[in-house]
Amino acid sequence: MSSSLKTNRDAQDGAGLVDVQGDAGLVLEQIEISDARAPLLSVNAKIPPGEVLTLMGPSGVGKSTLISAISGFLPRAFTCRGRILLGGNDITTLPPEQRRVGVLFQDTLLFPHFSVLENVLYALPPGGSMKQRCEEALGLLAAVSLRNFAERDPETLSGGQKARVALVRVLASRPRALLLDEPFSKLDADLRDSVRQLVFAEVRRRNLPTLLVTHDQGDADIAEGPILTLDSGKI
Amino acid sequence: MLRLIPIAVLLLLLAPIAVGTAIVLLAALGWAPEFNARTTNLEMFSAVLQAPGMWHSVWLSYWVGLIAALVSLGIVILFVAAFIDTRGFRLISAAIKPVLAVPHAAAAFGLLFLIAPSGFLVRLVSPELTGFMRPPDWLIVNDPGGHAMLAGLIIKEIPFLFFVTMAALPQTDPRRAEIATSLGFGHIWGWLISVFPAIYFQIRLPVFAVIVFATSTIDVALVLGPVNPPPLAVRVLHWMNDPDVSLRLTAAAGALVQLGVTLAALLSWFALEKLVAVLARMATLRGWRFQRDHLVAAFAGGAISLSVGLVLLGIALLLIWSFTGMWRFPNLLPDSWTVSSWNTQGANIFETGRRAFIIALAAASFSLVLVLASLENEYRGDIKINDLTWWVIYVPLLVPQIAFIGGLSFLFLRLGIDGTLWAVVLVHMVFVYPYVYLTLADPWNAFDTRFLAVARTLGKSVNRVFWTIRLPMLLRPVLASFALGFAVSIAQYLPTLLIGAGRQPTITTEAIALAAGGNRRLIGIYALMQTVMPFVIFALASLVPRFVWRNRRALQVGGAR
Repeated sequence: MSSSLKTNRDAQDGAGLVDVQGDAGLVLEQIEISDARAPLLSVNAKIPPGEVLTLMGPSGVGKSTLISAISGFLPRAFTCRGRILLGGNDITTLPPEQRRVGVLFQDTLLFPHFSVLENVLYALPPGGSMKQRCEEALGLLAAVSLRNFAERDPETLSGGQKARVALVRVLASRPRALLLDEPFSKLDADLRDSVRQLVFAEVRRRNLPTLLVTHDQGDADIAEGPILTLDSGKI
Repeated sequence: MLRLIPIAVLLLLLAPIAVGTAIVLLAALGWAPEFNARTTNLEMFSAVLQAPGMWHSVWLSYWVGLIAALVSLGIVILFVAAFIDTRGFRLISAAIKPVLAVPHAAAAFGLLFLIAPSGFLVRLVSPELTGFMRPPDWLIVNDPGGHAMLAGLIIKEIPFLFFVTMAALPQTDPRRAEIATSLGFGHIWGWLISVFPAIYFQIRLPVFAVIVFATSTIDVALVLGPVNPPPLAVRVLHWMNDPDVSLRLTAAAGALVQLGVTLAALLSWFALEKLVAVLARMATLRGWRFQRDHLVAAFAGGAISLSVGLVLLGIALLLIWSFTGMWRFPNLLPDSWTVSSWNTQGANIFETGRRAFIIALAAASFSLVLVLASLENEYRGDIKINDLTWWVIYVPLLVPQIAFIGGLSFLFLRLGIDGTLWAVVLVHMVFVYPYVYLTLADPWNAFDTRFLAVARTLGKSVNRVFWTIRLPMLLRPVLASFALGFAVSIAQYLPTLLIGAGRQPTITTEAIALAAGGNRRLIGIYALMQTVMPFVIFALASLVPRFVWRNRRALQVGGAR
């Protein structure tokens, strides 16, 4: 299997970039999130594999809260009703580490005490010899032209390089769905476009049901999926 | 398991104080079966209050404690107000850091070597300016008024209050002071009325802790304080250690009187707070600007530099004295140097140093584990610390040690564990835990928990994330809090002495036991060792993360995050 990433110049073959398909995508079934006083938002949506659902709306309407609910980090102050299904399985009450939902945040949040390679190794599911794991991680890095940066301190990378490592890291954990919490908003305009292309190409190639939260129309345009606009809390 | 941690901490912090005080109370009323006393009356209190010179002792404890807090807080606040964001400020911040690690007793001994009639300062100007060929007959140290003791307390409370103020600063808005200045208020006054109230609100508990410590200090009093009569806490200790065990009951009553004196000092402080608030309000409403504050700034800068300088110079004198052979007055430096004092003391230094090290290592490690468990429990349970919890954490610092340590020693005697090493470690933890918690809580809670969320979504369990992400990323503050805990344990005098029942001598109890004898070479050795041990741990705590993360820019001091 070869990598289909657009920025892939020195494509290395290997175990990298394995496809994991969900059979039925990500289903948000009658999700209602409320805090102590009032309902925040309600969503009812189905995201098929390989499709990006874009959620737009001004800040403060609870977009990020929805992301934390799906990934399993809803703060205690909130309650969430409804069911979250991933690949046909109900993940509503699973702890975050068992949901297999990858998240990309506004900040890359690369672990500063690990090297670039260690960041990817950390994300790879357990199993395999150390040699195999390193090869797989290096293969993934090679696919985004960062093989030569494996031993680097993440803090020494440029913004675009960090974003690519963050993508590789989340893919290395073999997620079954992807949540994007405004992951492009802190990138420079010229970089933003290429990182966006890279992420969405990968989403389609891996058939990942993806939820994108943003307030940038440009993100929504490139995602090419359906767009939901959130204003008064209802979708 | 983790959910039981708050209960364990509550027991650790409150039980010794509650039980110890209760036993003291019963003993003071004449009921202490371990000493064959089974009555209840108020005789002990009248014995205490009728002891010769008692009112003077009480007065000493009260006023020295109050003034020590007032002066050290005043100097710190005026200095911060006048110099914040200047080069001098950064200079003092750097110089004051090691001073924080110096135990009270060592700082007191250093000051003694400086200001005594035969001390360094008099030698500095003799005989040229003074004409003295022998030490003058002045009562500078151990003066009946307690001024030397007051000075010894102030030079150690300044760094403490400076640090708690620094910790509170980031949570205030410095632009307020700029607005005040632009309205024509003087630099210092503008800061005091705009920024200080918010800071003071946060440092109130540490200030109370200073008052409590200063009203009931024993180690500083034994080195620099009046002898006849000494401050109240010292008299209570004398009764505790008297070969006549019936005096233990008098000691218990004395401990309660000490509790009352400390309480009186705290109440006076509350009144003072009100008075200052009223006066400041009046001055503000009248629109006073206090623009000419250069003298105040000079005073604050001078006072804080002097205080830091005295401690550092004092430590240097400890070092010099420990290698002194002959040192005639008024020569500025020793006439001859020798290692013989070190040689004769070698075995005992090693023995008492090793014991202090083991106790401090154990107390700081156990406390750190408890603190990490507490903080992790708060994070996992999404628990916010409320005001009541802060008070609980501060309780061991808000009750005079002498008021309950004696009672605990009675209890341990009854249980047959008095004089054991682990009993000493346990009681040290009562005082170490709060400091470790207080230094680690801020950096721990300031941690960007999205790192943990990322790791969880990558498939790692909550425990694994703790060990692989949060703990290594917070290595620096974790080790720093450990080092402070270690230093706090090393400096403990009263718990080591009473709970150890004299059978667990450490470098600290040895140093203070030498105070009365006045052998400066020996004092130099023990007080120096008492300073060096925490200092080494602090140095390691700062160097290890630097080395481990030498290739990780974001985790270096002043790193990206």
